Amino acid sequence: MIRLEPRSQSSRWLSLMAPVLAALFAMLLAAIPLLAAGQNPFIAYGLIVKGAFGNLFALTETLTRATPLILTGLAAAVAFRAKLWNIGLEGQLYLGAVGAVVVGTGAIDAPPAVLIPLVLIAGAAAGALAMIGPAWLKTRFQTDEVVTTLLLNFIILLLVQMLLEGMLKDPMALGWPQSEPIVDEALLPAVISPRYRLHMGLYLAMAASVLVFFIMRYTTFGFALRAVGENPAAARHAGISITGATLGAAALSGALAGLAGVSEVAGLKGYLTADMSPGFGYAGIVVAMLAGLSPLGVVLAAVFVAAVFVGADFMSRALSVSNYLADLMVALALLCVLIGGFLRRFKVSWISASNTAKGANT
Amino acid sequence: MEFFDILLSENFWAATLRIATPLIFGTLGALICERAGVLNLGIEGIFTVGAMAGWMAVWMGSGLWGGVLVAMLVGALFGALHAFLTVPLGLSQHVSGLGVTMLATSGAYFFYRTALPDVSSPPRITPFQPLDIPVLSELPFVGPALFQQTAMTYLAIALVIVVGWVLARTPLGLAIRAVGDNPDAVDSQGLSVYALRSGAVIVGSAIMAMGGAFLTLSAFNAFFFGMAGGRGWVCIALTVFASWQPRKALLGALLFGAFDAYQVRLQTEVGAFLPAQFFLMLPYILSIVALVVAARGADYPRALLQPWFKGQR
Repeated sequence: MIRLEPRSQSSRWLSLMAPVLAALFAMLLAAIPLLAAGQNPFIAYGLIVKGAFGNLFALTETLTRATPLILTGLAAAVAFRAKLWNIGLEGQLYLGAVGAVVVGTGAIDAPPAVLIPLVLIAGAAAGALAMIGPAWLKTRFQTDEVVTTLLLNFIILLLVQMLLEGMLKDPMALGWPQSEPIVDEALLPAVISPRYRLHMGLYLAMAASVLVFFIMRYTTFGFALRAVGENPAAARHAGISITGATLGAAALSGALAGLAGVSEVAGLKGYLTADMSPGFGYAGIVVAMLAGLSPLGVVLAAVFVAAVFVGADFMSRALSVSNYLADLMVALALLCVLIGGFLRRFKVSWISASNTAKGANT
Repeated sequence: MEFFDILLSENFWAATLRIATPLIFGTLGALICERAGVLNLGIEGIFTVGAMAGWMAVWMGSGLWGGVLVAMLVGALFGALHAFLTVPLGLSQHVSGLGVTMLATSGAYFFYRTALPDVSSPPRITPFQPLDIPVLSELPFVGPALFQQTAMTYLAIALVIVVGWVLARTPLGLAIRAVGDNPDAVDSQGLSVYALRSGAVIVGSAIMAMGGAFLTLSAFNAFFFGMAGGRGWVCIALTVFASWQPRKALLGALLFGAFDAYQVRLQTEVGAFLPAQFFLMLPYILSIVALVVAARGADYPRALLQPWFKGQR
């Protein structure tokens, strides 16, 4: 029979390799739908790698796609560390984008050095507000935040559609529901060269990752947040305010997701539409899990998930396979990394039935 | 104004039952899983894949009930995946459920696109037709309002009674409730915690998938992307609202259905003053409010979310 032994401590090597192996295994599993669609998986994999990393343009596209994923991944990692199930990243991202549009479309006339920080703050604040609500309901009324944040995604998306047909509508957009363009002074500048879409949002996201790493590891707030996530009873005993830590985690998490919205609207698109995010909020959960909730790992995991999306897009155009394959691969990666976490904690061994009987006698 | 007249129209009550039907299936499925101690956030994806698989089967000629059966089998399959990850492996029910939702949703979309690559508008099938209950359907007002639904709506209501009876009155129901409250006690009775929990998740998921199948085989006649539209998450909220009791689940689903039917009709009355999205938001807001009200002092199954391993106390 199969026997599971808890590992006393999982080795560092294993902790680092488990997500990589899980991601590779997920790619292997994706061969099943590829074969079902009548494609040669090896050719498809080759095209995915080429489409994601094949040349400078492909690489910049992958990093452009990774930018919001780093931020939503960080948002999920911070919340999950505090055992706060923030599944509302998609809504917080959109509300952050709304914040950027409100401040950045001409309401304030200022040079970039002033306006860009203002736009970032507005978006972060809007995202934080969107998460503080459900967190407050959790601490005050024990309302399950999974359901409230999930439902808020739908509510916020409808709110954005409403704003884009009303208050935020661009009168020059010929009836399309989109916001006025972000003014030049508020746009995040391009990096490398304006010929590529890659923008300063990437550096912002990487800086956020380092900042979150330091907050989590070296500040009392970070300590309180982790303590509440790992053992709330002990944390309370140590005099940590659970409500405070939970609301703080919610604010930080929502702010990071809000920044993802700012980065997309002020760095990439230039104006807001209701279909701006192809599920960056949900993919952020996968990024955080692949990274083992490590803030620095989030950057690598985001690049991986972005590469799957960008590469699969390229592959699907070349082979005319549905690009939902990318979503399928990302979902498989999440489930594989979950199982990987299990194998990291337990040693699976096969022992014969006679051994079990002997063991039972002693 | 016609605020009150809406309530007096037959088609408002008929719409209430129609909107409630998928929620009845979904909430019943979710409460079976949760009664056994397993939160199943795979529900949104199981709705989607159930809707797709049921529709696809009918489109390929299985017949309507064949479609329902295929949806249930596919739902059970994803339920089995969630059960495997959360019961014997004891992994995070939250993450596994979200993973199952992502996998089932993207799998459904990928399969649909691969099977029908060239369709611009979704192909249609002939859905379930309204089934008049003899005598009752001819009653004035009540007849058209309640007794001219499709077969799946009657099936949903019958299922409420069956699930309620099984959970409350049978040894199996007792065992399922016990495994969600005190798995150690169930184990010491010589029953398999793993089998009971996994079985409940698989059966619950099959019932959830019927809710999805209702969307494509009864409410509409085609499959659309984004079809589940958060209905699964609403069911998770309704489960808490219903305090894990099938009868109250029916009540909650009907209340939600009535509210949704009312807002659609209200929209045509006062739509000129308020944007459509405002009305569309209301059902989601109502779900949150219902959850906040119900969650205070809610009697959660005591072992919900807690993994259990044999031989480890």
